[in-house]
Amino acid sequence: MNVSVQPQRTPAENALVEAFAERVASLPGDPSVMLRRDAAIEAIKAGLPTRRIESWHYTDFRRLLAKVPPHDPTAVAAVIAPLVAGSTVLSILNGVSARAPAAFSGVTVRRLEEMLLDGSFAAALEAQGDDDAVGAINAAFAADGYFLDVAAGAAPEAPIEVQNVQAGGQTHVRLPVRVGDGAKVTLVERQTGSGAALVSSISHLDIGEGAEVRWLIVQDQPEDATHLGQFNARLGKDSKLTLFFLNTGGKLVRQEIRVVAAGEGSSFTLRGVNLLAGDSHTDVTMVLDHAVPATVSTEVVRNVVTGRARGVFQGRINVFQVAQKTDAKMACNTLLLSDDGEFSAKPELEIFADDVACGHGATVTEIDRNHLFYLMARGIDEKTARGLLVKAFVAEVIEELDDEALVEPLEAMLDAWFAEHG
Amino acid sequence: MLEIRNLHARIADDGTEIIRGLNLTVRDGEVAAIMGPNGSGKSTLSYVLAGREDYEVTEGDILYNGHSILEMDPAERAAAGIFLAFQYPMEIPGVATMEFLKTALNAQRKARGEEPLKIPDFLKRVKQAAGSLSMDMAMLKRPLNVGFSGGEKKRAEILQMKLLEPKLCVLDETDSGLDIDALKIVADGVNSLRAPDRSVVVITHYQRLLDFIVPDTVHVLYKGQVIKSGDKSLALELEKHGYAGFIAEAA
Repeated sequence: MNVSVQPQRTPAENALVEAFAERVASLPGDPSVMLRRDAAIEAIKAGLPTRRIESWHYTDFRRLLAKVPPHDPTAVAAVIAPLVAGSTVLSILNGVSARAPAAFSGVTVRRLEEMLLDGSFAAALEAQGDDDAVGAINAAFAADGYFLDVAAGAAPEAPIEVQNVQAGGQTHVRLPVRVGDGAKVTLVERQTGSGAALVSSISHLDIGEGAEVRWLIVQDQPEDATHLGQFNARLGKDSKLTLFFLNTGGKLVRQEIRVVAAGEGSSFTLRGVNLLAGDSHTDVTMVLDHAVPATVSTEVVRNVVTGRARGVFQGRINVFQVAQKTDAKMACNTLLLSDDGEFSAKPELEIFADDVACGHGATVTEIDRNHLFYLMARGIDEKTARGLLVKAFVAEVIEELDDEALVEPLEAMLDAWFAEHG
Repeated sequence: MLEIRNLHARIADDGTEIIRGLNLTVRDGEVAAIMGPNGSGKSTLSYVLAGREDYEVTEGDILYNGHSILEMDPAERAAAGIFLAFQYPMEIPGVATMEFLKTALNAQRKARGEEPLKIPDFLKRVKQAAGSLSMDMAMLKRPLNVGFSGGEKKRAEILQMKLLEPKLCVLDETDSGLDIDALKIVADGVNSLRAPDRSVVVITHYQRLLDFIVPDTVHVLYKGQVIKSGDKSLALELEKHGYAGFIAEAA
């Protein structure tokens, strides 16, 4: 958090502080949870981060967070069709987990509200550093979510889809997930809704030895919503995590990704697509720690920017001194389709080991004229040809998921976006 | 079919003139070979015919079935039946070959006022064309031209030509990078398209391709002009004696 003295609170800061005063009596939590909530609101009172805070340099959060709508407990959100037909759906509607505790295919589910009430979740509400504004807003207000516990060796066949559907107002949820040794699971996180909402959603994923996790974050909030996401993961020995994200909506979006490759032989794959239009601001900020020897990571982020949209990718890879034989590669490629759009990429490598293979690259391009000519020379009109090439630019990343069941619906979302903004 | 009149064209970026007063007539059903040394303007001619915007026509005209095509963009020319088989076909990652073929075919049908092809009909046509070119259908599951060998790319160009059934085919150095077996397959593909209402312009550096695609006429291109025209014997003469004699004669 920004600790410098702010002369005057912004309307958004005031709204958060006032909302907390109004809601604190009804927020779930034992005394240990409520202490964390108090600490969080104190951090917010000290001021939201500005561009003077390094991790917020390209997203002046204090200035950009213009509106904080009041929480509306009467708003109604409905379950949506899952991304992959046949998924096990766990929905959070207007901030409230809809499904009672259950177990399926080796997965145990608990409503997070219970864990706030009994205090077992208190420690996880602690802020991660003094620039953790997303953590602070969420810790102050988080009221529900799910805890998923995937048993060792479990391999549910169908993806688990957690739907966080907002209906305007405020929605603050948590999604801790523990994956046992050798388990194999696909999790789809949907962030969507229909209102001018302030949404914060924080997940913590703990992956056991040799386990494999695919996690997809699909965010298509309406164009007047603020979406704050934070994904935290810790990789056990020889485990594999593939994280995919697709951002196609929201007015102000900050998606943080914090991954620690904590087990030898673990591997992390990040593939992400930002489709940015209108007057939106979307920031994806990743911090990846290679904390032990012999871990592998690759990160590819593809962005399409049109209208007056602004995008940010900050990717920081820390290779610890003990982390010899680290192999890390990061790329951020942007296709600018309008003169008024912009994208800022800030890749960073901090390497303290001496036997590593690390690299990063960032490009900003326009559509390749040679490719355009080739397609047009086959009779495809310019608009269609451009559409094919733009789609190709991001579809490449999606197709790396190498699973028709996931690729097809994601590409359908691309098509829908291009139909509206292409 | 094609009449090029006193054509002058230059590179749009730097104004370098490449085509300098080129005249050429290709009749319906004719196979015309264009030969010439490096830098004579062969590839530029093919790009100017296809409408690439990197080149600017400064003088003269290109008539296709009696109408000027200079104002048409590449897609309009393609829909009108002009096809360029590229010397270096582009690799386009992320564009699925089959989707590309379907989009191109249906775009051209739409421009001609025809209904889009039904998927089974489309697949049947692709299978047939691929079979005749000894192409594996698995190749077509890959992104467009990505990871194709030089020979596979050339075959894929001919496959597109067979599917799109153009009226004027322009082959730009289709023989480069092909071994003899691939050359025969590609030539058979072209020959199978020969028809009274279809013309072919074969641009090549060597006589070799013309052993398999026998031309009706041969034209020597030098410094952006046709300096000599004749029948297929002209190509044999060129093979034997080289370009020097013709160039001296023209100068």
